[in-house]
Amino acid sequence: MASIQEEEYNKSLDLKIWAKMVPFFKPYWKELFGVIGLMLFSAVIDVFFPLMQSYAVDHFIVPGQLEGFSPFVASYFAMVAGQTAIVILFSRLSMVIEMRVGRDLKRAAFVHLQTLSFSYYNTTPVGYILARVMSDSGRISGMVSWGLVDMMWAIAYIIGAFISMSMLNIRLAGYVLLIVPFISILTVYFQKRILQGNREIRRVNSQITGAYNEGITGAKTSKTLVIEDKNFEDFSQLTSQMRRTSVHTAMLRAVYIPSIAFCSAIAVGFVLARGGYLVMNQVMAFGTLSAFISYAIGIVEPIQNVAGFLTDLVATQPNIERVSGLLEKTPDIVDSPEVIAKYGDSFEGKRENWEPIQGDIEFKDVSFKYPDGGDYVLRHFNLKIPAGTTVAIVGETGAGKSTLVNLACRFFEPTEGQVLIDGVDYRERSQLWLHSNIGYVLQNPHLFSGTVRENIRYGNLEATDEQIQEAAHKVSADTVVSKLEKGYDSDVGEGGDRLSTGEKQLISFARAVLADPRIFVLDEATSSIDTQTELLIQQAISHLLENRTSFLIAHRLSTIRQADLILVVRDGKIIEQGDHKSLLQKKGYYHSLYNQQFMEEAMMRKMQA
Amino acid sequence: MAQTKAKGNYRAILKYVKGSWRFYALALLTSMMANVFTFLRPQVIRFTVDTVIGEEPDKLSGFMLNLYQAVGGREGLRSNLFFCAAAVVIVAVLEQLCSLVSRLTTSEASEGFVLRLRNALFSHIQKLPYQWHMENQTGDIIQRCTSDVETMRGFVTNQLLEVCRVVFLLVFAVSMMFPMNAMMTWVAIAFIPVIALYSGYFHKKISKKFREADEAEGVLSAAVQENLTGVRVVRPFGREKYEIERFDEKNNLFSELWVKLGYIMGAYWGVGDLFTGVQILTVLALGTVQTVRGAITLGEFLVFLSYNQTLSWPIRRLGRIISDMSKSGVSAERLAYILNSEEEKDKQNAVEAPMNRDISFQNVTYRFEGEKSVLDNVTFTIPAGSTFAILGGTGSGKSTLMHLLDRLYDLPEGCGKISVGNVNIQDMKRSWVRQNVGMVLQEPFLFSRTIEENIASVLSVKTSTEERLAQVKRAASIACVDDAIESFQDGYGTIVGERGVTLSGGQKQRVAIARMLLQKAPIMVFDDSLSAVDAETDSSIRKALHENLGGSTVILISHRITTLMQADTILVLEDGKIAEMGSHDQLLANNGIYKSIYDIQMNQEDREAAGL
Repeated sequence: MASIQEEEYNKSLDLKIWAKMVPFFKPYWKELFGVIGLMLFSAVIDVFFPLMQSYAVDHFIVPGQLEGFSPFVASYFAMVAGQTAIVILFSRLSMVIEMRVGRDLKRAAFVHLQTLSFSYYNTTPVGYILARVMSDSGRISGMVSWGLVDMMWAIAYIIGAFISMSMLNIRLAGYVLLIVPFISILTVYFQKRILQGNREIRRVNSQITGAYNEGITGAKTSKTLVIEDKNFEDFSQLTSQMRRTSVHTAMLRAVYIPSIAFCSAIAVGFVLARGGYLVMNQVMAFGTLSAFISYAIGIVEPIQNVAGFLTDLVATQPNIERVSGLLEKTPDIVDSPEVIAKYGDSFEGKRENWEPIQGDIEFKDVSFKYPDGGDYVLRHFNLKIPAGTTVAIVGETGAGKSTLVNLACRFFEPTEGQVLIDGVDYRERSQLWLHSNIGYVLQNPHLFSGTVRENIRYGNLEATDEQIQEAAHKVSADTVVSKLEKGYDSDVGEGGDRLSTGEKQLISFARAVLADPRIFVLDEATSSIDTQTELLIQQAISHLLENRTSFLIAHRLSTIRQADLILVVRDGKIIEQGDHKSLLQKKGYYHSLYNQQFMEEAMMRKMQA
Repeated sequence: MAQTKAKGNYRAILKYVKGSWRFYALALLTSMMANVFTFLRPQVIRFTVDTVIGEEPDKLSGFMLNLYQAVGGREGLRSNLFFCAAAVVIVAVLEQLCSLVSRLTTSEASEGFVLRLRNALFSHIQKLPYQWHMENQTGDIIQRCTSDVETMRGFVTNQLLEVCRVVFLLVFAVSMMFPMNAMMTWVAIAFIPVIALYSGYFHKKISKKFREADEAEGVLSAAVQENLTGVRVVRPFGREKYEIERFDEKNNLFSELWVKLGYIMGAYWGVGDLFTGVQILTVLALGTVQTVRGAITLGEFLVFLSYNQTLSWPIRRLGRIISDMSKSGVSAERLAYILNSEEEKDKQNAVEAPMNRDISFQNVTYRFEGEKSVLDNVTFTIPAGSTFAILGGTGSGKSTLMHLLDRLYDLPEGCGKISVGNVNIQDMKRSWVRQNVGMVLQEPFLFSRTIEENIASVLSVKTSTEERLAQVKRAASIACVDDAIESFQDGYGTIVGERGVTLSGGQKQRVAIARMLLQKAPIMVFDDSLSAVDAETDSSIRKALHENLGGSTVILISHRITTLMQADTILVLEDGKIAEMGSHDQLLANNGIYKSIYDIQMNQEDREAAGL
């Protein structure tokens, strides 16, 4: 219940985690091999350049003649041109891999997010998710496309150099190997700590993203409370923590890479002393030592690079952990494979197999508790709602009025028991089938950035402009539109910010009407709408709700009086049910609620008198 | 013009480097020293192999020669070869030590920079006018504050130092080459202006592309953010596929823009490498011809070539740096957009006038961009200590009136005046006005903290823990939310907001009311803040408020007559104009809008149904 559960990871560098990314790189294996091939080719050319210089010395300068000079210049130029072509191709391919893999990762995360349940969204800040979708995915693809390839080049170079050294003098090459255990110990020691540091960095990073999100979306509230400085103090604690962790991790890196370089320098020094001794005792030819040393010098840089890449690699593992953690998060509500086979998944419905929905809803022995713990809010609950019934749910704020609606709409599933729609357990149909038939109007409606028209059209993507205007007219949303300079083409702002709550409620009402659903849910849908407009809407609603199953959640008892069935909720439990008249006769909780409201009205009458 | 603007962008960002300049200086120094040692290490090895072990004569002079002789010259070293090995190791130690210090100081410097930049962004965004927040997309701003900041970190961590290093090596190489052979040096450096011009051209061309790509990323990020916030709309409409299609469009645009950038950069880097290769070839060919003709000696030629090698590396690097800089230039621009937006400001000599006075709105006219007039010449007075209620149609400008009073928006010149106790609120300090106007918004926002922290957010940090909790509890009980809070597992320690327990709309509103109460403001505004609360709770809150508010001026906005009827004065707004004003009785007698709304809410049928 307390703070956000961020997955904890404590494995060291783990190939299993990396393997999770293989499917994303697989489609680009041609490009990957292309890049690696180009790198190797480039390495070969790089090896040749110094040779060209000694060729010039040996063939032109020492003999003092210029014969064959033009072919020499030409072939040198050809090598330069070849290198140019490689760079051009290599950058293209690497960028293609980076961006397309990044794109696919983002897409996979986004698609998966569309299937995760409300319980996930209820407890995970948007900023946290955003950081995973956007920045973590980018880092993974960037690392693999540029870093991994560079590292392969370096490793190939080291191996090649080592083979050459072994061919020159196997024993001397053996001495070079002596540093391997030292390098290994250093690597294991540091990489574990660097990985830990990077995990911490990524964790704080998503907290910072979350804080920005909150700082921006809560800006208005902060202003009214004049707590900007206080918020900033909280934020600066996060950034300080980030700084500490980053510097600490950078320090590990700063010690690790030079230590590796130092190890390789010792090896060179050793070879120098030992090899020199061998030469002076005429055991080894001078030329051999000279060549050997060239290679020994040559591998210092790549070894250092590999160390650097290794830390980059380790830095990327937390990104992978976070992205795959998101991808592996199982939705609480899933359609079974059989259902998907018949009805299609959440994205592509097989509409030809969809049964038309009547709107009979039945709760059959339903027990329910929210996934984030707590007590059962429903126990062995039974209720039949015939198609076309208007069900009103009343009760105090926070009494659990939305629970029934959440269950009926399958935003949550019963812990035990069944919910039947048209006599069939809704788990035997797809979520999309049900959701395509629901019109939901919320108390705090969310509109998307875009025009009024686009927002209403969200209810039915095929709707014509006339249908949109008709829907708006039905629920008096056209009064909002007429106040806007550009009418239906006016921008509503992010989340509908430019409109008042009441205006947003009207637009979202029109949106639901346009969807023409079989099941209507009005969750305090008119709480911020003025009385006169509300009266108009109520008349419209009674037409709209005819022949549709509907749920009304409201405080104002006048709005629910005409409902076929009224459920009275208290402390998360349904304590009374019936129609208005029978409930009043019961003289129970509903009666007292009603009297309460009525008393006030009576008071008004008195004042009037 | 564009040039100065770009400079301005960098200046806006790079001023946050200042606090770390000592670290930077040290990083620069040590990294150059490391470069020198890196240059030296192979020389020592070569010397050992060629001169000590091999037969080549030494070419040492000055200090090095003295040192060489001090350790016994060639013979001495040959018998103690480990001296040479030790020399290699010592140079390596020095090199790595410098490298270590340089890495440490660089990270200190750049982390310090990022910290200051992040803090500046956050604090600045908090203080930007509300209008600015309306005009900018959250996801886009977040992308700037995260991804663009990362780019700038790269810029100050790598590129800044690298530029210095490149210049250093260039100057070093050229100054060594000139004394050796002026003509060949001219040829060698003739390529620099060519590459510089080419890079300049490229920089211009690619900056636009980088901007496009960065903007596409902002759009993508905003799209994801909106989808996540709107999940409760996406699902019930079964719009997952539609959302994915829209996402794909933006995601593809973003990645393909980068792929295209990859093409351009590849071409640029390739051509840059071609220039460098041709430069080396030219120097090599020219040198060979010169040497064959006897103009220079073989030894000179070889040394010259090695210096040219040193020269070509920075030239080659320059290309990479410039393309990176084009990218960070765009990021700097996007960040400067935030940082250069003007914060809310007070007038000079802004005052802190007492706020427990009459509030007067005089000829207030206000409209938002793209909307017809919201408020049209509205004039009224709210007597100090009275309860004032506003009733009006959806979108009639009620909230705007209150936003103006709280100075979330400022009235433009000539659009009337709002004053408290005859002092124009625009002449007061903004924070003063807001502290003295307690406001509960229509859709209140709770922060991801505990309920206690949320309610106590306006209290001074110096308040003791017990005192704080006591005050919080008192406020919560006035707002009738204490029972609900106590029923949570963690009580007042329950975390709410984005990452906590989901409160119902009514609970949220009541927590927000409790939070506002602790502000102890002389003016309190309830902007339809009981809309999600049931009638029973509504009336008990009002009762509790009435008993506890003391002398505060209270402004209530509601659609419920029962909520408003006890107010001293009720203002009825219609389409931004005052339709009627007066007490409940006066308005009923008036037989206007108020009366008709009253009638609707007092629906005859209702009473009948109740059997009365």
